[in-house]
Amino acid sequence: MDRRKSIQTMILGAGAIGLTGIQGCTTEEDAALLDQEIAVAEKYFGRTPEELERIDELNAEQLFNAHELETIGVLSTVILPPKEPFGGPIEAGVPDFIEFIGKDLPKLQNTLLGGLMWLDHQSNSTFGTDFKSTPLEQQKQLLDPIAYHDVEIPIKKQTLEIQFFALMRNLTLTGYYTSEIGIKDLGYKGNQPNVWDGVPQNVLDQHGVAYDPEWIAKCIDQSTRGDIATWDKDGNLLT
Amino acid sequence: MQIKESPEVYDVIIVGSGAGGGMATKQLADAGFNVAVVEAGPFFDPADPKTMTQLKWPYESPRRGAGTDRAFGEWDMAYGGWQIEGEPYTHEEGTKFNWFRSHMLGGRTNHWGRISLRFGPKDFKGKTRDGHGEDWPIGYDDVKPYYDKVDKLIGVFGTNEGLPNDPDGFFLPPPKPRLHELFYINGAKKSGVPVIPGRLSMLTKRINNERGVCFYCGQCARACAVYADFSSGSCLIFPAQKSGGKIRIYVNSVVREVTTDQEGKATGVSYISKDDRKEYKLKGRIVILAASACSSARILLNSKSKQHPSGLGNSSNVIGKYLHDSTGASRAGFIPGLMNRKTSYNEDGVGGMHVYSPWWGDNSKLDFPRGYHIEIWGGMGMPNYGFGFNHNEFNKFFGLKVGGYGASLREEVRKYYGSVVGFGGRGEGIARKDNYCEIDPTTVDQFGVPVLKFNYNWSDLEIKQAKHMQDTFEEILHNMGGEPLGDKPGKNRDYGLETPGNIIHEVGTTRMGNDPKTSVTNKWNQLHDVDNVFIVDAGPFVSQADKNCTWTILALSWRASDYIIDQLKKQNI
Repeated sequence: MDRRKSIQTMILGAGAIGLTGIQGCTTEEDAALLDQEIAVAEKYFGRTPEELERIDELNAEQLFNAHELETIGVLSTVILPPKEPFGGPIEAGVPDFIEFIGKDLPKLQNTLLGGLMWLDHQSNSTFGTDFKSTPLEQQKQLLDPIAYHDVEIPIKKQTLEIQFFALMRNLTLTGYYTSEIGIKDLGYKGNQPNVWDGVPQNVLDQHGVAYDPEWIAKCIDQSTRGDIATWDKDGNLLT
Repeated sequence: MQIKESPEVYDVIIVGSGAGGGMATKQLADAGFNVAVVEAGPFFDPADPKTMTQLKWPYESPRRGAGTDRAFGEWDMAYGGWQIEGEPYTHEEGTKFNWFRSHMLGGRTNHWGRISLRFGPKDFKGKTRDGHGEDWPIGYDDVKPYYDKVDKLIGVFGTNEGLPNDPDGFFLPPPKPRLHELFYINGAKKSGVPVIPGRLSMLTKRINNERGVCFYCGQCARACAVYADFSSGSCLIFPAQKSGGKIRIYVNSVVREVTTDQEGKATGVSYISKDDRKEYKLKGRIVILAASACSSARILLNSKSKQHPSGLGNSSNVIGKYLHDSTGASRAGFIPGLMNRKTSYNEDGVGGMHVYSPWWGDNSKLDFPRGYHIEIWGGMGMPNYGFGFNHNEFNKFFGLKVGGYGASLREEVRKYYGSVVGFGGRGEGIARKDNYCEIDPTTVDQFGVPVLKFNYNWSDLEIKQAKHMQDTFEEILHNMGGEPLGDKPGKNRDYGLETPGNIIHEVGTTRMGNDPKTSVTNKWNQLHDVDNVFIVDAGPFVSQADKNCTWTILALSWRASDYIIDQLKKQNI
């Protein structure tokens, strides 16, 4: 289903920014002028038919077996324990993401599959049980030697288990922070209609920088952004 | 199999729908001519919800934005890439050139950076300036009126700075700098590198009632659904259709050659439909090539006939030669002063830099000709595939352990979010006869059309320019209190100079000039050899300048269109 996404929310955005002390456009007239709408399709994410076909093909394949997927879930949760109110890797869909990306980027497969085997082998040899069934403290004993790599040596020249852990940590973090809850946790405020009117004063102060008034004088006065631009013959903006 | 010939005779057939083709379409359709646009890719409208990627979240895709099927990430709005299945290109042994193609209505204008720089007076007179390359047969004063018109028609933000070689224009006001851009301004000033507001074709202000106003999602590379940035479809072709223009768009149609008659004049084009893999012919009084510098050269070279044995318009044997791309080198740095950022606000801004550095150097004191500008990136962007990789790598700068796991990862991710900046130098390489593309008779694409073979090498001049970029980047990063990341590329890596083609500013393959022996088109973008064929992409560029080429493509395409209209009225062609 298509829905209409109103860019009128940009006016709300401006109002909200106004509250934090930045000048924004808040008058009714401006709101009317800038009422823009975009049709947004919820079931599409902009794929071409060929791209969708490939996604379907990948989804029809299975890279990890049930045990491996569970192990990925357990390991990713040790890497990034859940936090209220956001959740953790499981809530962020990290195992499904790793399953997909492993098929999408086949060069990752050996490291992931081999690393999971290594992890269980190491766990069985040391504690007599597979990784996911081992208590957290023992899991940490297995991970500590591979979790801190020597930054002087390129990761590709390090042992499989170190590469595996670094890859799992990367995929866990990327999977989490690209999820809805991860983005909330991070606090990213973008990807929505907005009126950019500069860095808030408290942020400028925190980082010890300031706007040059001469520079700012040349920038867009957001209360005029709905006015149609006209210039004199020398290129001076009149509106 | 018989070639199907359409009975209709178009006034103008335009091959390609990017910046040059779009502008010619608009001007000629507005003037009342009957226009056919032949595009190799599918129809595309940035406002179509089905193809739209703008405002999508990474979690709407199972690959979270990874660039597996699109070179610049899953959301980038270019159908095509560095390699297209079934449409190869080859290289002379030992040389490199990467060719980015986007086959869709609007071409590469749907995803480009919208950096919209006029060439300056010096840029048209390179040989006079320093003895390298060749002068254009036209100067800034010839193009200025068209730059002015392009500014007003399409919209570009920026500021009038009165700089000698970065001309003023008709600008919309720029957006205020972001936090990392303020750090850059301060750092660059310490090195005497000037910084001015960016010049990008996005509407910070309304220019008419048809197009929207920027709502600062930072996603121009995804093409704007309210048409607040420049794409050829949304800003040129669709408006020309809406105002009643006679425009027939042939999509999924790959032009094989320009057809000619007994006198050697063009009669139209033949194309292969991707839909049924059959060959068709279109007839037209005038053929305008705008398929991109290399694709137009390929079409001409493949258009051989008794009258044009070395390819259409190629009596000079110059087609394909003088191919040149912008030079490019980059460096990123970690800026401790940008750590621990408040995420209380949305700083997406426009889809590109709010500030940049135009070329400032004095070549009499340097060991290379021409110059480069600096593009800046950074900020608290939307997470996509790759976010959080090596999340605490910068611990090494503080003597802290790198790696680990557990609750501390969250704090580390937040601590470093938005603390990296990057610079890209984009400069002018010298156009040379021995850098070229030509037809590779041993290889065809899936439509049976011979493909291009590239032969391109940088010279010491470009390599020295890249060295200057690296030294400048490092100095500015240090001025910003930052730590450059990765090893500084040295001589053994040509100072990080990008492979030719990588900057996607390839120009020069059908250069213009007054002498038919040394140039392909005249100063009106018209073939010397055939008066009813024009080229309005970047092929006719004599030199590249350290400016991105799109604004000049648009200006010259408009100028050529005015000439065509005039000549048609006078019945000269």
